[in-house]
Amino acid sequence: MDMISIPAVNMTPILPEIFLSVLAMALLLINVFRPGGQKSYLALISFFGIVATAVLVGAGWGGHIESFSGSVVLDNFATFFKMTFLVAAGLTVLISDRYMEREGCNQGELYPLILFTVVGMMLMASGTDLMTIFLGLEVMSVSLYVLAGFNRANKKSNEAGLKYFLLGAFSTGFLLYGMALIYGATGTTRLYKIAVIVGQMTLPSANILLVAGMLLMMTGFAFKIAAAPFHMWTPDVYEGAPTPMTAFMSAGPKAAGFAALLRIFLVALPTLQVEWSQVLWVLAVLTMTVGNITALRQDNIKRVLAYSSIAHAGYALVGFAAGNGTGTAGILFYMLSYAFMNIGAFAIIILVAKKGETNGNVMDFAGLGFKRPVLALVMTIFLFSLAGMPPTAGFIGKFYLFSGAIQKGYIWLAVIGVLNSAASVYYYLRVMVYMYMKEPTEDFEWVQVTGPVALALIIAVAGSLIPGIVPSFILQYAQMAVKLI
Amino acid sequence: MSNVLSLTTFLPILGVLLLLFIPKESKGVLRNVTLAVTVVTFIVSLIMLTGFQTNAEFQFVENVPWIAAGPFIMRYNIGIDGISLWLVILTTFMLPIAVLSTYTAVDEKVKEYMICLLLLETGMLGAFISLDLFLFYIFWEVMLIPMYFMIGIWGGKNKIYAAVKFFIYTMVGSLLMLVALVFLYFKGMEAGITDFGLLQFFNLKLDMATQVWLFLAFAFAFAIKVPMFPLHTWLPDAHTEAPTAGSVILAAVLLKMGTYGYVRFAIPLFPEAAHKFAPMIATLAVIGIIYAALVAMVQEDVKKLVAYSSVAHLGFVMLGVFAFNVEGISGGMLQMINHGISTGALFLIVGFIYERRHTRLITDFGGLSKQMPIFATVFMIVTFSSVGLPGTNGFVGEFLILLGAFESQLRWWTIIATSGVILSAVYMLWVFQRVMFGELDNPKNQKLLDLNAREIVIMIPLLIMIFFMGLYPKPFIDKMDPAIKKLVAQVRVASVNAQVMPASDQMKMPTGHQAMPQAPAANTGSEMPAGNAGSNMPAGHSGMETPAVPTAAPVVNPHEAK
Repeated sequence: MDMISIPAVNMTPILPEIFLSVLAMALLLINVFRPGGQKSYLALISFFGIVATAVLVGAGWGGHIESFSGSVVLDNFATFFKMTFLVAAGLTVLISDRYMEREGCNQGELYPLILFTVVGMMLMASGTDLMTIFLGLEVMSVSLYVLAGFNRANKKSNEAGLKYFLLGAFSTGFLLYGMALIYGATGTTRLYKIAVIVGQMTLPSANILLVAGMLLMMTGFAFKIAAAPFHMWTPDVYEGAPTPMTAFMSAGPKAAGFAALLRIFLVALPTLQVEWSQVLWVLAVLTMTVGNITALRQDNIKRVLAYSSIAHAGYALVGFAAGNGTGTAGILFYMLSYAFMNIGAFAIIILVAKKGETNGNVMDFAGLGFKRPVLALVMTIFLFSLAGMPPTAGFIGKFYLFSGAIQKGYIWLAVIGVLNSAASVYYYLRVMVYMYMKEPTEDFEWVQVTGPVALALIIAVAGSLIPGIVPSFILQYAQMAVKLI
Repeated sequence: MSNVLSLTTFLPILGVLLLLFIPKESKGVLRNVTLAVTVVTFIVSLIMLTGFQTNAEFQFVENVPWIAAGPFIMRYNIGIDGISLWLVILTTFMLPIAVLSTYTAVDEKVKEYMICLLLLETGMLGAFISLDLFLFYIFWEVMLIPMYFMIGIWGGKNKIYAAVKFFIYTMVGSLLMLVALVFLYFKGMEAGITDFGLLQFFNLKLDMATQVWLFLAFAFAFAIKVPMFPLHTWLPDAHTEAPTAGSVILAAVLLKMGTYGYVRFAIPLFPEAAHKFAPMIATLAVIGIIYAALVAMVQEDVKKLVAYSSVAHLGFVMLGVFAFNVEGISGGMLQMINHGISTGALFLIVGFIYERRHTRLITDFGGLSKQMPIFATVFMIVTFSSVGLPGTNGFVGEFLILLGAFESQLRWWTIIATSGVILSAVYMLWVFQRVMFGELDNPKNQKLLDLNAREIVIMIPLLIMIFFMGLYPKPFIDKMDPAIKKLVAQVRVASVNAQVMPASDQMKMPTGHQAMPQAPAANTGSEMPAGNAGSNMPAGHSGMETPAVPTAAPVVNPHEAK
C-alpha cells in the first residue's frame, strides 16, 4: 500500500456549495439570536443568497475542472442541474414564509434546511465518485426528512416525515449495496475508472456483481425519483408535508436523482446501455401509467399533483431510456421547466388553501376563474404546461423526451408516452373545469397574494411560457451540458 | 404587404391585448371592439385575395428561423396557396359573423368569451398558413384551448362532458400524429432534410411500410377532427352543447382542419399509402354519409340534426378528396367552403330560434312561417343550399365531388353516396316543414318576433355567398385550380412510381422546392411581394430551380386552356 498522499485540491468546483453551507450556518446562528417573531427576513436573506449562488454557479459555465482527485467535477452538466436546484429552492423560499406563518410553524430552521438540501443536491450533480454522490444524497435526504415533518403540530406532517425517513433509509440501503457491489466488481468508486474497467471486460453483462450492483443502484434511485413500483411513499409524503416542501420535493430532489442517475449510468456504465435501457423502458412505462391512472381518481389536489409527479418522472425516464443526446438533453430541459410549473401550481394551491390545509380539494377551486381571474389564468398556464400543451415549456420538454425515444427507435415507448400524456390531460382539465365551469361556492376573500408570492408566480409563469415559445437558448444549454458526459 | 399573412394571423392577438384593458362591465364596448378587430382582420385578409397570383406556388411566404436545438430545426415558415387561401378567407369571413351572433346570446363573461373567439381565430389561421410541420402542430393544438373553454363555460346543460370529450378526443389523435411527425423528421434527416419545412418532405421517398404507419397516424388525427365515422361521436355533443358562435366556428372552420389536413399533409406526404387506403377511407366516408343522414332524420333537437348533417357533408368532402382527380378535390375544397357557409348559417338560424324560445325541439315548433316570414325565407334558402339545390353553392360542390369520384376508382362508392344527397334532402326538408309549416298552434310561438336588423345583417353576407358561389363559382375554382392540379400530379406520379418505376424519375415530380434547404434565406419575404405581379410564377422559389418550370407547365396549361 502506498502512503496516503493528500492530492492537490482545487476548491473552485465546490465554491457554490461552500458559500451556501456557510450561509445556512450563519442563518442558523442568526435565528438562534433572534428567536420568535417574524421570519421573513430569513426568507429574504436565503433568497438573495440563492440568487448570489446562482451567479456563482453561472460563472462556472463552460469550464471543466476536476478536483479532489476526480471525485468532484465542475462541468456544464453539473452547472445546468445546479441552476435547476437553485430555481426550485428560490421559488420555494419565496412561497414558504406566508404558508409557514399561517400554519403556525414558522421556525427559522426551515431556510437553513432548504439550503442544506440544495448543497446535497449540488454534490449529487457534481459528484464523479460513487461516495461523493452518496454523501450528497444523504445530506439532501436527511434535510428533507426534517422538512417533510416540519409542521410538528400536524399529524399528517409527522406521518409524512416518518414515512419518508423509513422508506428513504430503506432505499438508501439498496443504493449503498449496489455501490458496494460495483466496487466489488471493479475495485473503484470513481466513475471514470469504473467506465474504463467495465470497458475492458470481455462480457460485462455476464458479470453478476456488476449487473446486480447496477440494478440495486437503479432501485435506490427509483425510490428517490418516485418511479413505479417504488413510488408508494410519494402520495402520502407529498400530501402530508407542508405544501411548499411538497413543491420543493417534487422538483428539486427529483432533478437531483436524475442528475446522479444520468451521471452514473452515462459515465460509468455506458457499456451496459443495452441492459439498463431495457430496464428503464419498463420502468418508464410502469411509472407513467401508474402515476396517471392513479391520479385520475384523486380529489385532493396535492395528491393529484403527487401522482402526476410520478407520471412526470416516467416521462423523464422515457428520455433516459433513449439515452441519446436528444433524450438526455430533454431530461435537463424538462426538470428545469418542471421546477417552474410545478412549484407555480403548488403556490396557487397554497394561496387557495385555508389554515390547517383545509380547502385542498379540486372541488374547492370552483369558480376561482371568475372570482380571481388572474390567479386562475396563472394556474391554467401551469396546468397546461404540466399537461404538455403548446405553447408551454412542458410541451417542448415532452417533445424532446419523446423525440429522443423515437430517434433511438423506441417508437412504442413514445406512443405509450403520448397516450399517457393524453390521459393526464383529464385530471388537469378537471381542475380547470372546477375553476371555470362550476359556480363558485366561496368568495376566496382570504386569498392574499403577498409580494414574495407574486414574485414567485411571475418567475414561474415566465419559466413555463417563455421556454415554450422561444426554447432554443435553454435547449442549446441543455445540449451542451449533456455533451460533456 | 410582405407580412400580410402574419399580420392577419396575429391581429386577433392584438385584439386580445386591447380587450384586456377594457373593464368587463362595459359589454357593449367589448363586443364592438371585438367586432372591429375581426372586421379589420377580414379586410386585411382580402389583401391576400387581391394580391394572390393564380399559380401553384406558395405565396406571401415568410420564413425565419425559430427553434434550433439538438437534431431539430423549426422555422417560422408560412405561406398560402390556392388550397389554403380560401380557408383563410373563410375563417376571417366567418369570425365577424360569429361575433355579431353573440351580441344578445352571450351576456355573461363577455370579455372572456371575446378573448376566446379571438385566440381561436389566431389558432385556426395559423394552422392554415403553416408550412412548417412543427409550427402547424403548435397551432393545431393551441386551437383546442379556446374552443374547450367556449364549450365548457358558455355551453348548455351537458357542457363539461362535451368539452372534456372534445379535448381528449382531439388530443389523442394529435399526439399520435406528433409521434409520426417526429419519426418522419428523422427519416427526412437521413435523406438530408434539415428542418421541419413541409415542402421538402414532399420529395422524400419512403418505403411502403413506413408510409402506411405514418399515414395512419396522420389520418387518425385528421379523421377525428373531420370527423369521420366512427370517430365522430364527440361532434354531436360538442355542437349541441356549444354556444351558437362556438358551433358556427366549429362547423365552419374547425372541422375543415381535418379535411385540410388530408389535402395538405396526409395525402401529399404519403401518396402511395393514401392510394392504398383510399378505398377504406371512401368506405368510411360513405358509411358516414348514409349513417349520419339516417341519424339526422330521427333527431328531435334541431341543433343535433344540423350536427349530424355536418358529418354527412364532410363525408362527401372526403370522398371527393380521395378521388385524387382535379374535379374531386376541387369539389371537396369547394364543399369545405360551402359547408362552412351553409352549416354556419344553419347554426345561426338555430341560435336565433333558441334565443327566442329557449328550446330546440322540433315538436315545440310548427307554422313559424306565418309568424316569421323573413326568418322562413332565410331558413329556406339555407336549407336549399345545404341539400345542394342547383343555383346554390351546395350544388356545385356536391356535383363536382360526385363527378370526380365517379370518374375515379371510387365509382361504386359514389353510386351509394349519391343516395346520401337524397337523404339529406329528406331530413332537411322534413325538418323545415315541421318547423315552418303546419298550424301555428303553440301559443308560445304566436308571439315570436321576426328577425331583427342585426340578425338580418348577419345573414345577408352568407346568403350572398350562397348564391354567388352557386351561380358563379369560377373565381373560387380558378384560384385553387393550379394548386390542386399540382397536388393531383404529385399523387399520380407517386402512385405510378410505386407501380412501375420505383424512385427513378425525380424530374417528373413538380419538385418545386428542392433548392430550399440550401437557400432558405432567399425565400423570405423580400422576393415575394406583388411587385412581380405580371409574372406567371412569382412565388419566390421560381428563380432558383429551373427544373420545376418545364415539368410543371405542361400539367397546368392544357386545363387552363379550357
